[in-house]
Amino acid sequence: MISENVVDLSRLQFAITAFYHFLFVPLTLGLAFLLAIMESAYVMTGKQVYQDMVKFWGKLFGINFALGVTTGLTMEFQFGANWAYYSHYVGDIFGAPLAIEGLMAFFLESTFIGLFFFGWDRLSKVQHLAVTWLVAIGSNLSALWILIANGWMQNPVGAEFNYQTMRMEMVSFSELIFNPVAQVKFVHTVSAGYVTGAMFVLGISSYYLLKKRDLPFARRSFAIAASFGFASILSVIVLGDESGYELGDVQRTKLAAIEAEWETVEPPAAFTLFGIPDSENMKTDYALKVPGALGLIATRSIDEEVTGIKDLIVEHEERIRRGMQAYALLQKLKGGDQSAQTLSTFDALKKDLGYGLLLKKYTDNVVDASEAQIKQAAHGTIPSVGPMFWTFRIMVGLGFAMLILIGLAFYHSSRHSVERQRWLLKALLFAIPLPWISSEMGWFVAEFGRQPWSIGEVLPTYLSASTRTAADLYMSLAGFIGFYTLLLVAEMYLMFRYARLGPSSLHTGRYDLEQSAASAAANA
Amino acid sequence: MFDYETLKMIWWVLVGVLLIGFAVTDGFDMGVGALLRIIGKNDNERRVLLNTVGPHWDGNQVWFITAGGAIFAAWPVVYAVAFSGLYWALLLVLFAMFFRPVGFEYRSKMEDPRWRNAWDWGLTAGGAVPALVFGVAFGNLFLGTPFKLDELMRSEYTGSFWALLNPFALLCGVVSLSMLAMHGAAYLQMRTDGELRQRASGYTRLLAIVVAACFTLAGIWLYFGIEGYVITASADVGAAMTPLQKSVELKEGAWLANYGKYPITLTAPILAYAGLLLTLIMTAAQRSGLAFVGSSLALTGIICTAGFSLFPFVMPSNLMPGHSLTLWDVTSSEKTLNIMFWVAMIFVPIVLSYTLWGYYKMWGRLTTDFIESNKHGVY
Repeated sequence: MISENVVDLSRLQFAITAFYHFLFVPLTLGLAFLLAIMESAYVMTGKQVYQDMVKFWGKLFGINFALGVTTGLTMEFQFGANWAYYSHYVGDIFGAPLAIEGLMAFFLESTFIGLFFFGWDRLSKVQHLAVTWLVAIGSNLSALWILIANGWMQNPVGAEFNYQTMRMEMVSFSELIFNPVAQVKFVHTVSAGYVTGAMFVLGISSYYLLKKRDLPFARRSFAIAASFGFASILSVIVLGDESGYELGDVQRTKLAAIEAEWETVEPPAAFTLFGIPDSENMKTDYALKVPGALGLIATRSIDEEVTGIKDLIVEHEERIRRGMQAYALLQKLKGGDQSAQTLSTFDALKKDLGYGLLLKKYTDNVVDASEAQIKQAAHGTIPSVGPMFWTFRIMVGLGFAMLILIGLAFYHSSRHSVERQRWLLKALLFAIPLPWISSEMGWFVAEFGRQPWSIGEVLPTYLSASTRTAADLYMSLAGFIGFYTLLLVAEMYLMFRYARLGPSSLHTGRYDLEQSAASAAANA
Repeated sequence: MFDYETLKMIWWVLVGVLLIGFAVTDGFDMGVGALLRIIGKNDNERRVLLNTVGPHWDGNQVWFITAGGAIFAAWPVVYAVAFSGLYWALLLVLFAMFFRPVGFEYRSKMEDPRWRNAWDWGLTAGGAVPALVFGVAFGNLFLGTPFKLDELMRSEYTGSFWALLNPFALLCGVVSLSMLAMHGAAYLQMRTDGELRQRASGYTRLLAIVVAACFTLAGIWLYFGIEGYVITASADVGAAMTPLQKSVELKEGAWLANYGKYPITLTAPILAYAGLLLTLIMTAAQRSGLAFVGSSLALTGIICTAGFSLFPFVMPSNLMPGHSLTLWDVTSSEKTLNIMFWVAMIFVPIVLSYTLWGYYKMWGRLTTDFIESNKHGVY
């Protein structure tokens, strides 16, 4: 019997290591493009300040990138270490985008990042510019492949179960790549990364403007980040991945949970702006609703309905019953009865096999599950509504807050009036953490909302974990948290130190802190 | 284009290529890390060593990550069984490797000697620990590890981490640590000058001899002291199969049987010794480029020797020998192997070409003077 404790601890370990990893990824995605834009300006205009910008923001990029690489290492191996059955069950499809990510994206990004830092005196201007663009393209390609992998977990297209090898196998590579859920996720995630890069540069530049230091440097950085950020935040919001929520059963369930949409109502459904979801009684108290908005956002139409949680549970219960039959047939096949009739009935039912496997959490003997167990499993197909409802609203709320801030930054920057708006500069400085909070909330919604599945409709999380002991998990969890926190402290320390120093840290003699130090030395 | 059986064979070769790529590239920067405090006597010298690998270590490390991804895609059963079974060995490697990206990037960003010293230890561990553990893990493959599979293909590993640290596996760990350290020293011969280069040459020679001795000893031990695994019956290897569809027996001396059966495989150990000899001669002759070639050939020979000896096994089980993993029964479906083969055929040459361009652009010997005049721009 599988230890539920080990499954929960493995989930916690994955969540923590992934959250850590995603503290560094979005800044890499966004800042890489900002560096490429700044360096393009340098190559086109020949102005020294642009090269200094690339070098200084590049330093901060490097401090962040190192921990991105460190925490990324774990992700590549954690599936095998903690999710061995998952790795066996879906490696045939899921492994491919991970391997391609290495070959196509990581090599590109990591080889050229070295030349980015060390190649200034060895490469021509244009060669170095190309290197910087390749770093940006490499990091974004890596996001593409990992989101193809993740998109498949949400909406597992192009694969079929093979009873001989007891696993899912690839049927169509192009369906895997062009999975619409993955495409939407990719655009949404990289845009959020661009916003993170922009907010970072805006906030730190605001600090210099507030201190009236290195003004030409800060103004130019601010202006580039404001325009890049404005385009990106529009893209995050307009191309929010709600549009991917009609595809696949897990996505539909996630949508219903996010919206605390208990009943299926006449389309177009109303959007619940605020309320207190009550899972026990399946209702939302104090609900404040915007008529028709949810239907419009989710289905992009006024006449398609959004299925409510109660109806989803009924649908899932039927699929669980079919899944039990599929499981019985699988046992028959494994037992040696491979007659044409068994095979064809199994083929007809096997898309519900995963639903049958949900019962494993409640009974070892899936075929003879009791009515109560079936009901329990059906209710278990709905992720906990409260956390989904709130994290989603925090993410969206912060998104709109950033839209206003970046919009104002863009407006004042283009009218050259930004230095007079000291409150805006202060707000931007203190708003630096917002994109990170928002991104982490977004991942919570996406992955917590996938529960109880590790692969939607195919493999329950409960079955996916490795056969390890809880003691192993406690110790490794302590190891990850300990090492990561140690390294994070070092990272934050350097980041603050270099951000405070500003471009004077380049030791070019052109920036304010060095000049004041030099004049102080001359006066003494 | 290829039939399933051939594809399985090709992927065994490709996994080997990735491991060799990893050892030849990331191996030298891990070696440099392991020797950082031994060859670099003061801060400036250590900075020279770090900067010889500065532009390259990150790209090199992708061989390791890609090998992980490729095993996931092509050998999902190995990915699942090995990493969940050898859980603590894997975590030890990862924890040690955490200190590399951060160590390289952060070390010289502060002047404080305690700060720098602490990261130097981190970089040493980040180079030496993985090098040692890889060898220990390989050694245990020959002894078999205690795992079994149930009929749903769920694996269970019954051994502990401490059981991995047995004498034969530790000997293999010494082979692997000393060969990567030798490789790092050979690299430093090429990229440094003066006293540092002298020291690197000295360590290359010393380590080459250690590698030769331990490699030989491990071979003798393997032949006389360790029972090998032999497949006695199997389902059709040209079709989809699981590790449960065969029977396996243990037999004395069987790990070296392939060299009698397919004499061509003898090229691997010969290459290992020839490479070590070349390293020694060229180091003495101060031809550092050729010494590095020798060292690369030696690594290739040693890894191939391990792979050829195990063939067709990948990860034997001493708990249930019949459940041992072989290259025939751990692979992905024919379709996935095919797709991934073409992906590799397209991208590996592209990767190699821009990697070489990177080395070409950054080539040359680094000195302490260079560090002095670039204090704030480099590692």
